[in-house]
Amino acid sequence: MSHWTHHRTVGLGYLALSMIAVAVGSPISWAMRLHLTWPDWSLPLHGSILPEEYLALVTMHGTLMLFFVLTVAPQSGFSNLILPAQLGASRMAFPRLNAFGLWLTSAALVTLLAAFFVPGGAPISGWTAYPPLSASSLAGPGQGPGMDVWLAAIALFSIASTLSAVNTLTTIVKLRAKGLTWQRLPLTIWGWFTAALLSVLAFSVLLAALLLLFSDRHLHTAFFLPSQELINGVLLQHHGDGSPLLWLHLFWFFGHPEVYIAILPGMGLVSMVLGNFSRRRPVAYRLMIATTLLIGLLGIFLWGHHMFVAGLNPFAGTAFSISTIAIAIPASAKVLSWIATVWRSRPQLTTPMLFALGFISLFITGGLTGPILAQPILDEYLHNTFFVVAHFHLIMAMAGVFGLLCATYYWFPLVFRRQLSEPLGKWHFWLTIFFAYNTFLPMHITGLAGEPRHYAQLTGLTPAVSALLQSTLPLQRYITASAIALGFVQLLFLFNFVRTLLRKPNASSNPWNATTLEWAPAEVFESTQQLIVSRDPCLYSADGTELFPQWESDSTTAASNRE
Amino acid sequence: MPLTQPLTSRSFWHLPVNASLHGPAVDHHLLLNLWIALALLGLAHLLLFASLIRRRSVLHQTPQLFSEYLPLVAITLLFIFLGVRAEQLWAAQRYTGADLSAMQVEVTGVQFAWYFRYPGHDAHFGLTNLSLADAAAGNPLGLDPRDPYAADDIVSSQLVLPAGREVDLALRSTDVIHGFAVPALRLKQNAMPGETAHIHFTPTIPGDYAILCTQVCGSGHYRMNATLRVLPLDQFNAWLAQQDAAQQGVRP
Repeated sequence: MSHWTHHRTVGLGYLALSMIAVAVGSPISWAMRLHLTWPDWSLPLHGSILPEEYLALVTMHGTLMLFFVLTVAPQSGFSNLILPAQLGASRMAFPRLNAFGLWLTSAALVTLLAAFFVPGGAPISGWTAYPPLSASSLAGPGQGPGMDVWLAAIALFSIASTLSAVNTLTTIVKLRAKGLTWQRLPLTIWGWFTAALLSVLAFSVLLAALLLLFSDRHLHTAFFLPSQELINGVLLQHHGDGSPLLWLHLFWFFGHPEVYIAILPGMGLVSMVLGNFSRRRPVAYRLMIATTLLIGLLGIFLWGHHMFVAGLNPFAGTAFSISTIAIAIPASAKVLSWIATVWRSRPQLTTPMLFALGFISLFITGGLTGPILAQPILDEYLHNTFFVVAHFHLIMAMAGVFGLLCATYYWFPLVFRRQLSEPLGKWHFWLTIFFAYNTFLPMHITGLAGEPRHYAQLTGLTPAVSALLQSTLPLQRYITASAIALGFVQLLFLFNFVRTLLRKPNASSNPWNATTLEWAPAEVFESTQQLIVSRDPCLYSADGTELFPQWESDSTTAASNRE
Repeated sequence: MPLTQPLTSRSFWHLPVNASLHGPAVDHHLLLNLWIALALLGLAHLLLFASLIRRRSVLHQTPQLFSEYLPLVAITLLFIFLGVRAEQLWAAQRYTGADLSAMQVEVTGVQFAWYFRYPGHDAHFGLTNLSLADAAAGNPLGLDPRDPYAADDIVSSQLVLPAGREVDLALRSTDVIHGFAVPALRLKQNAMPGETAHIHFTPTIPGDYAILCTQVCGSGHYRMNATLRVLPLDQFNAWLAQQDAAQQGVRP
């Protein structure tokens, strides 16, 4: 197998793309925060931020973070790095297709970033690109070439994600080691598997929607447009009589599963890391598998909760409310299992374990506002306020990033044969979770006070609006300061990362005493005897001192503490 | 019937003034939800911290019934309770239309302004035609002069309503999707081009309140604000008469 199609190369390539996207997407969010807090602030080398530039930053921040960080890193990056080894396989099912996916995703990222440099700049309609705003260049700056570039980038991304998901699914179904039955699969694999199932469904629908929007823009169709609109003083007549609501349905049919695609791999990893460092099998293992699949299944049926006030039939609002509240039940089951797994065990508070616990904390905090937003009558007040921004940044963005950091600290010794500094890692964890909460918790309060999203400024508006938003201004400054501090403490991680890579390899082959196959010594795969898995993952002796890894045969497991 | 709320909770969660008939019940339910979420947040973190502190040298297995299934049943029952209450409030607001005696007002969102139209004496909205719309000529909505119903329509940039009377608001847009939101009325509904959405409510307390656009609609989204002025009935009637007179002056 060529070096370029090796899954580890592809995985590291995906992670490099995510690093680039984070390196662009995070400063964008600071520029937005600084502008929102001090509207006269001038961006160095640019000048003050215009309202349309603010919205272009909103669009690019959301697109970069959601697609290129929260989707790419867990679902394509870490899955390529780890998944084959965790299955006891030597490769992914379709190595060339896999490499092709990476190149397509790279092309998508380059295309997306090009949107900053086309005439009119990047699009201003947010990552959700609701038409007619996204359908006509008359609707605002950035909605001409910028929007076309955005559409091209996301179309490329959709194709790459679908290919990558097919590859992941096929690998899991076909290339498992002998004896690695579905029930013996680590929960990480179940996370990747469910996310890949959702990817195939969601991204193909998104691709179709993008094509329809493209033809509305350039081929005079009207899938998403009414027969007549008056935009910017220009009367537009269309042959058809479509509805923007169709775009909302198609987009959120993709968009809601997308957030589960982003978080399911993290859930799987956190379950396994908890088991690893608590020296026990995750409690209610089969229920964990079931809830992973159930979250995936229910995740398809609740897109309408993004549309309670969009013009849906109110009965549909009720139906989507029920399906949305229903998904809180498997999610709660997971949280209970996680708590039960560490409960009265001997958790070792290593850095990956801390980040796993941080993930759980953020998932609970962000998750508890989910059922609130799922109630249409409450969402009517909270929709598109900062309460929602707080909700999804905690449960998806922050929990997602904590999952990624957990993965990085956990698998670093496996990938680089070096171990990141534990003291630095712990500082990194405590400072990150401190500033993450200080950034996003106050947003609940500004949202409850009425602060809307996507506002380029909160001052200098009509007296009634000023009276409404006045009380949020001190908190705005606090949030901005915390967000910037949150960014700066990541330098600690960067320092740790680079310093460790420059050192000589120092890690043992299984420093965490893990039990899953990716940690198997090389001899296991080199020996002529075929690997036959006969155990569940995360089996330890009752006192936690002895481990029973999946790569060893079952003759010694008599002492194991099977549930 | 307005539910009374403890002032402390309102100031803790920073909710704005509530000036609609349905609002206090919504706030009451929202605050109930928020306090429950906060309590569960505390409980979950307490358990998480306790589990880290209470170490055992030999693994202790809690039966799954107590660690998993019973708490799950409790959580499910809690969500059902909150969900049912929320659906009752949602149904009361949305499942049926406005009362036939409700005052008719039309709201039109245009990048980046709100226009409010009152039907005038004939209680009929006149026809509009987008090809006639010309904001500079004083006809931003494209009222058709050939339609007699349009003659007495009043178009205002401020939403003025009488306190205590139900309003049936028809929401429209000429260009892109806008979000019509009045935080003080706990009210939000998108205005979509090509469709008309209806929402009904009763403002209760006179005052000036913010109207926001809450669906990103272009570069001027943040300044697409208007003011809702709720007046006592007599003052509202005076305002309407004044608008009417002004209207007569424009189109004799």
